[in-house]
Amino acid sequence: MRAEPDGPEDRLRRFATIWSRAVFPVTSTSLTRPEFEEQLLPLARRLSEALRARTFEAAEGRGVGAALVAAHCTDPEALSRALDCVDAYLVLYCGEDGPKEALRTRSARLQHAMAAGYAEALRERTLTEQQAISQAALTARSAVAEALHDSEARFRAVFEGAAIGIGIADLEGNILQCNGALLRMFGGSEQTMRGRKVTEWTHAEDAPQVWRLYEELVRGEREHYHVEKAFYRPDGTALWTNLTVSLLRDADGEPQYQLALMEDTTERRLLNLRLRYEATHDALTGLPNRTLFFERLEKALAAGEGQRFGLCYLDLDGFKTINDSLGHAAGDRLLVEVADRLQSCATAPGEMVARLGGDEFVALTTGPGTEREVDELAGRIMNALVTPISIDGRDLTVRGSVGVVEGPAGERGAAEVLRSADITMYRAKSAGGNRFELADPEADARAITRNGLTTALPAALDRGEFFIEYQPLVHLGDGSVRGAEALVRWLHPQHGVLGPDRFIPLAEHTGLIVPLGRWVLEQSVRQARSWQERNSDAGPLRVNVNLSPCQLTHPGLVQDTVDILEREGLDAQALCLEVTESALIGADDDLLKPLRRLAEMGVDIALDDFGTGYSNLANLRRLPVSILKLDRSFTQGMQQFPADPVDLKIVEGIVSLAHSLDLAVTVEGVETGAQAEQLRILGCDTAQGWYYARPGPPERLHELALVDAVG
Amino acid sequence: MERPAWAPRSIDISSPSVSRIYDYYLGGSHNFEVDREAARKAMEFMPGLPKIMQANRAFMRRAVRYAAGEGIDQFLDIGSGIPTFGNVHEIAQSARPGARVVYVDHDPVAVAHSQAVLRENEDADVVAADLLKPQEILGSHQVQRLIDLKRPVALLLVAILHFVEDADDPYRAVAELRDALAPGSMLVVTHASFEGIPLPREQAEGTVDVYKDIRNPLIMRTRDEIARFFEGYDMVEPGLVPMPDWRPDTAPEDEDPYSFSGFGGVGRTA
Repeated sequence: MRAEPDGPEDRLRRFATIWSRAVFPVTSTSLTRPEFEEQLLPLARRLSEALRARTFEAAEGRGVGAALVAAHCTDPEALSRALDCVDAYLVLYCGEDGPKEALRTRSARLQHAMAAGYAEALRERTLTEQQAISQAALTARSAVAEALHDSEARFRAVFEGAAIGIGIADLEGNILQCNGALLRMFGGSEQTMRGRKVTEWTHAEDAPQVWRLYEELVRGEREHYHVEKAFYRPDGTALWTNLTVSLLRDADGEPQYQLALMEDTTERRLLNLRLRYEATHDALTGLPNRTLFFERLEKALAAGEGQRFGLCYLDLDGFKTINDSLGHAAGDRLLVEVADRLQSCATAPGEMVARLGGDEFVALTTGPGTEREVDELAGRIMNALVTPISIDGRDLTVRGSVGVVEGPAGERGAAEVLRSADITMYRAKSAGGNRFELADPEADARAITRNGLTTALPAALDRGEFFIEYQPLVHLGDGSVRGAEALVRWLHPQHGVLGPDRFIPLAEHTGLIVPLGRWVLEQSVRQARSWQERNSDAGPLRVNVNLSPCQLTHPGLVQDTVDILEREGLDAQALCLEVTESALIGADDDLLKPLRRLAEMGVDIALDDFGTGYSNLANLRRLPVSILKLDRSFTQGMQQFPADPVDLKIVEGIVSLAHSLDLAVTVEGVETGAQAEQLRILGCDTAQGWYYARPGPPERLHELALVDAVG
Repeated sequence: MERPAWAPRSIDISSPSVSRIYDYYLGGSHNFEVDREAARKAMEFMPGLPKIMQANRAFMRRAVRYAAGEGIDQFLDIGSGIPTFGNVHEIAQSARPGARVVYVDHDPVAVAHSQAVLRENEDADVVAADLLKPQEILGSHQVQRLIDLKRPVALLLVAILHFVEDADDPYRAVAELRDALAPGSMLVVTHASFEGIPLPREQAEGTVDVYKDIRNPLIMRTRDEIARFFEGYDMVEPGLVPMPDWRPDTAPEDEDPYSFSGFGGVGRTA
C-alpha cells in the first residue's frame, strides 16, 4: 500500500515510525525496529480512528495499551514513552482538520484508557506467567518426587529382595531394620531382631580386630570394614558370614547409622573345611598327608628360640614283597594297621604322625624337650611294630627302618630336614633294617655329595668335564717305557678333580658307564696313535684301558672297540683292556665270548687286581687273558728292606705260575727302587707306580718315553 | 538406586536459576524473587545485560531463519531455558511449516514449563537432559521421534556454553554432538566474552562474580576459544562476530552498545 505523500496514510505511517523509534529501545522484543513498527501500525490506525470517531470509545485505547504488552513492551518505560508519543504526535499527524481542542481532549482520554489497558494486560500477563512458572515448578517437583518415590520403591524392593542380608543400626548399636535375607540367615523373626544390640553379637571365634574395627566405625574414624565373622543362631549353631559394615553419614557429613551387609558363608566354609581336610589327609589311612606334614614341620622349624623338633622317618622293610605276594588289598590293610599303631605312638601335644606316601611314614615331635622325646618316640614306633599284624588269617611280621633327626628350630629348612631323615633311614636299612639310626651330618654330607654327583654325571659328559691321565708302564728288564694305563678324571665345577673311585661306581649304577667307557677308549686309542706317530723310533707305545663289569656285558663292546681302532688307525696289539678279577669270577662262556673275540683280534686282556678275589687258579687257563696285574697289596711288603719273605714267596709262585701259562705279569704300586729291583729279580715283566711316575698328562708320558729312548 | 539423570533430589526454587534470570532480563514474569534478586545484582555491574539477551534472541532468530532458508527443517536447541516469546519453534515453523524442533534443558522447571507450552505442538518437544551427556540427548525418544539424524539438523547452543566450565570439557560434548550430525548440518553458537563489553573488565567481572555466587559460574572465553567449538565446520559468512554484525536486517550502528558483547556464529558441515 503506497501512501500518497503527506496524505492521511503517509501521515499515519510517520506517526507509527516515530512511535516505534521512541519505544523500541526499551522493549525486549527480538524483532527488528522496522518489524516492530509494522506491529505498531495497526495500533496507530486504531488510535487515529478513535481520535476522530463521533463518540469516545475507551475500549479502543485500552485495546491499544493491552496490545503493547502483547508486543513484549513489558517495561513500564515503554508505556511512558508510548504515551509521550501519542500526546505529542497523534493529533498532529492524525487529527486532520478536526477541532484542535476537542482532539486534544480526546487524545488525553485515549491516553488514560491506554494506560489502564496496559496496566490491566501487564497485570494479567504477570499473573499468568507467575502461575505458569509456579505450575511448572510444581510439576517438576512432583516429577522429581515421583522419580524419588519410584527409586525408593525400587530401593525397598532391592532391600527386601536382596540375597545378602542387610541390616541398619544406629551408632549405639540398636538394630533398626533388617531385611528378609538377614532374618532367614539368623533363623529369627523381625521381633527377635528388633531392639537387639549389635554389640550382643559376639562369638567365641571373633577375630581380635573385629570389635576394634567396630568401635572405630561408630566413632566415625572409619568409613567401612570387612571381616569374616561368626554369629550364634537362636538354636546355638554357628552362622558364618562375610560381613561388610559401612558408616552412613547425614547430609552434613555427621555419622548417623551403620549399615551391615552380610553374606552367609556357613555352607561354603564347611565345604572349604572338608576340601581342606581332604587336601591335607591321606585317603587310605586318614593320617595327615605330606602337605599337612610339611606345614607342621615348617611351623616347628620356624618356632622361636629354645624350641626344638624331632623327626622319625619310617620305611617298612620288605613291604614290596608283601604287596607282591599278598596283593595290594592286603598291602593296604597292612598300611592302615601300621597307621593306627603309629597314631597311638604320637598322642602328646606337639606330636603328629603322617603318611608321606607308599610305606613311608613320619612322626614329628616339637617343643623344648625333643632331644629326649624323639628317642622315646622312635622306641615306641619300633615297639608298635613288634606284634605281628594279622591279615587274612596270616600273622605278618612287620619290620621298619627309622631315620631320626633332631635339632633346634630356626636352623634348617623342612626339605633339608626331611632329606637328612631319608638318608638316615636308608642307613638304617642298609645296616640290616629293623632298627633306627640317628642322623649324622658327615654321613648326610657323603650321601648328599654322592647324590649330587650322580645327578650331575650325564651333563658332565656332555660338557666335557672328564679328562684322562696316563701312568707309564715300565719294562722291568731294561727300564724302558712300554706303554701307559689310561685313568679317567672328572673336573667337577664345585668339587675339583675327582678320581674314578668317586664316580665310576655311580656311573655303573646309572648306566652312564657305557658312554663314558666308550669315550675313554676313544680318547686313549687316539692318544696311543698320536704317541706312535711322534715317536716311531722308540717302538710302539701301548695303552691300557679299564673295562667295567657293566661294559663287559654290553652287547656293543666288540663292535665299538673294532670301530674305534679302525677309525683311529691303531693296531689291536697296541691296546690292552683291563678287566678286574672279580668281574670274571664265575664267568660263563657268554660273558667270555666278547673277550675271546677281542683277544683273537690281538687285543691284550689283562686281569686286573689279581689276587684280591678268590680266583680258581685252574680257571686261569680258560680265560682269554694274556697279562696278570698283581694287586698292590703284594708289593707293599717289599717296600722295606729286607722284604717280607712270605710276600716274596707268594709273588715268586704267582710269576712262575703265570709264566707257565704264558701270561705276562705286571705289578702295580711300585714306590721304591728296592721294590723295583726285587720284582725284577722275581721275574715280573712290567711295573707301574709312583717310583716311575704318577699319572699325568699325555705329553709327560711322551717326554718319559723320549728320555728312555735317548737313555 | 536409579534416579533419572536430570532429576535433582528436590526442586529448590529458593535458589536462582539461570533460565529464570534470563526470562527476567527479557521482561518476562516466569521467575521468582530469588531470580530477580540475582538479576538485579548482576545488572548493578552491567546495566545493559538485558540488551545482550535481546541481541542473543535476535541473533538466534536470524540464524534460525537463515537455516530454514537453506533448507533445514530440523532444529535441536540445547539450553533452551524458559521460552517466553520468539522461540525457535515459532520462528522455524513460521518460516517452514512442519519444521521439527526439540528443546533440551537440564532445569526441571524449564522443562516442565516447556512441556506446558508445547502441549499442543505435534512437531516440537522437550528433553530433560544435560549437554554434557550427548548420548542421552541423541538417544532420547523425543529426538528419535522428531529428528532424523541422517538429514541435516540445525544444532543451537545459544547462551549455554558459557555455563560449562573447562573441567567438564564442553569441547568434547560439542564434538560428540557435531559428529552425530549429517552433512549439511549447522551449528549455531553464541557465547559470552569480555571482548565487546562496553565497560572496564573489572566492572564486568562483578557480574561474573554474581553468577559464581549462585553456583552457576559464567565462563568468559576469548574469540579463539569460542571458535574451537566449530572445529571441522566451515563458518558461514561473516564468521564468528559480535552478534549484531551477523547478517543484520537493519544497520548495526543503531544497536545498543551492549549488544556487541560476546560472539555469535554459524558453522556448517560439508
